[in-house]
Amino acid sequence: MHLDDTTIKKLELQANAIRESIITMLLAAGSGHTAGPLGMADIFTALYFYILKHDPKQPHWPDRDRVILSNGHICPVLYASMAHAGYFPIAELVTLRKFGSRLQGHPHRDFLPALETSSGPLGSGLSQAVGMAIADRMNAAIDRKKNGDDASAVVSHFFFCLLGDGELNEGNNWEAVLVAGRERLGNLIAIVDRNNIQIDGYTENVLPLEDLRAKWEAFNWHVLEIDGHSFTDIVAAVDQAKAIFDKPSVIIAHTIPGKGVVEFERKFEWHGKPPNAVEAKMALTELRTLQGRIQSEHQ
Amino acid sequence: MIPSHVKLNQKIFDDAVEQVPIRRGFGEGLLAAGEADERVVGLCADLTESAQMHLFKEKFPERFVEIGIAEQNLAATASGMAAMGKIPFIASYAMFSPGRNWEQIRTTICYNNRPVKIAGSHAGVSVGPDGGTHQAIEDIAITRVLPRMVVISPCDAIEAKKATLAVAKTDTPVYVRLAREQTPIITTASTSFEIGKAQIFWQPVTRTPDVGIIATGALVHKALQVARELEKEKIGVTVLNLSTIKPLDERALLHLAASAGALVTVEEHQIAGGMGSAVAELVAAKGQPVPIEFVGVHNQFGQSGTPAELIEHYGMGVTGVRDAVRSVLQRKHSLT
Repeated sequence: MHLDDTTIKKLELQANAIRESIITMLLAAGSGHTAGPLGMADIFTALYFYILKHDPKQPHWPDRDRVILSNGHICPVLYASMAHAGYFPIAELVTLRKFGSRLQGHPHRDFLPALETSSGPLGSGLSQAVGMAIADRMNAAIDRKKNGDDASAVVSHFFFCLLGDGELNEGNNWEAVLVAGRERLGNLIAIVDRNNIQIDGYTENVLPLEDLRAKWEAFNWHVLEIDGHSFTDIVAAVDQAKAIFDKPSVIIAHTIPGKGVVEFERKFEWHGKPPNAVEAKMALTELRTLQGRIQSEHQ
Repeated sequence: MIPSHVKLNQKIFDDAVEQVPIRRGFGEGLLAAGEADERVVGLCADLTESAQMHLFKEKFPERFVEIGIAEQNLAATASGMAAMGKIPFIASYAMFSPGRNWEQIRTTICYNNRPVKIAGSHAGVSVGPDGGTHQAIEDIAITRVLPRMVVISPCDAIEAKKATLAVAKTDTPVYVRLAREQTPIITTASTSFEIGKAQIFWQPVTRTPDVGIIATGALVHKALQVARELEKEKIGVTVLNLSTIKPLDERALLHLAASAGALVTVEEHQIAGGMGSAVAELVAAKGQPVPIEFVGVHNQFGQSGTPAELIEHYGMGVTGVRDAVRSVLQRKHSLT
């Protein structure tokens, strides 16, 4: 589906508001991860404001698509997206990482039941998404048995699993990739945040992942590579992934860590620290200027 | 004597007592649970027959997922299936699940509150010839420490079947500990089973015990043999079958501690962190001080041998249990 300019502009403004929330919440928390959440803001915006079948007022609606965040440390972008989408008040975002907050340092379903899973320890989100996708297929088969071939009675969903690239060091992840390939899970869409950084440095220096496309293809996945900051790319890739019914799809999304704040961009030092007050002020000013630019570019 | 109401196997002390691997009861229980509830699914890590999941797989191929030799994926995939309303049972050797995949069990199952049922087969040194790498003697410790986890260690195949059926109906994560070897049948179809309920399988004729033995798993049979022998020496022993290690049957345990004034715990597991530790934690916190002797593996790894040789070598056989009873009696008497 081709996105019109008005929609793109709306999404860009939304992503910018989410980035501002990320900076604000990290400053208030005094700890947390900056680069990943900023880099994934466009993809989360596309998901929560365009792609997903969901209802923030009924987070447990059985017919919803599921978002499984595997690299839980980028949860500021998840929380900000959910708040802006209406799952909970935006004002609550500044409670991130505070005692008693629903917004735990890494996502915990006990505290925020609207989450699909609790995550943090890397490498096991894709396994859970694979389990959900297999179970959903089983449930659909049961529905079909009960309702004859009445396709309208069969409920099926898409499972979006968001992964970090550094996270792909984990063996557990590749165990899940193997099973998904064998099971031909057409209802499963993995999105890899290919931002090339992890805590100890650039991914290709720490433990090289390339040829990443060839690796997933070898495991029987349909692979798409996109600019993770282009809404047109993101939406087109998800559309194509949904159309591929006999394989799971992975979207390797090339993103710029720290995207939106030039001083934070592409620097692995920003992987795991929050901005201080001065840096946050600078970042917010920059994001607000950027917002002006988005508006003028589209006017 | 065996209390009549527990309806144990009449041939329990015969040399020719029927012997069945405890894991077999799990296989039969899973099949029955699958028949009773279509939400039950099975996942295995390339040990389908060994962990006795083949009975379920043959009957319900569409509800079985072969994960391959990947226990971390086994646990986390099951968590995802539970999120979609399934009741997943995962099976492997206890050394690998919950051994290798402990963090996935902690995070994706317990922390995430998903009611996955974990069957760990080949637990204990009685795995035998395979040697120490395959003898899980730490699994009770690492599972009982997890919030939400229920830990069950059946004493024979019949109890394992009942336990499997019972855990399929709970909404919490559960670990069911299973042994590989032929194990004497102690209970019968008429013996009751309830999660969290310990049962007295032997009590002194006089009714007031000198010592209470708390046993779990295949070693319950050894404890019963010792109790019967000591009766001839006028030493009154009560044997409690503690098949649920978590949550503990506090009432039964505290009552036994108070009435006997001395306890022996018997498990095919490391002393540190195991069932005996759980009992000691309870009695120390909520009961009167009583001496306790712990029968189990003392800070060592297993090795190759026949199951009988290994049980004897690590002091968990009839001799080991009897010696522990004598020691604890001595300690009890020195207190008075």
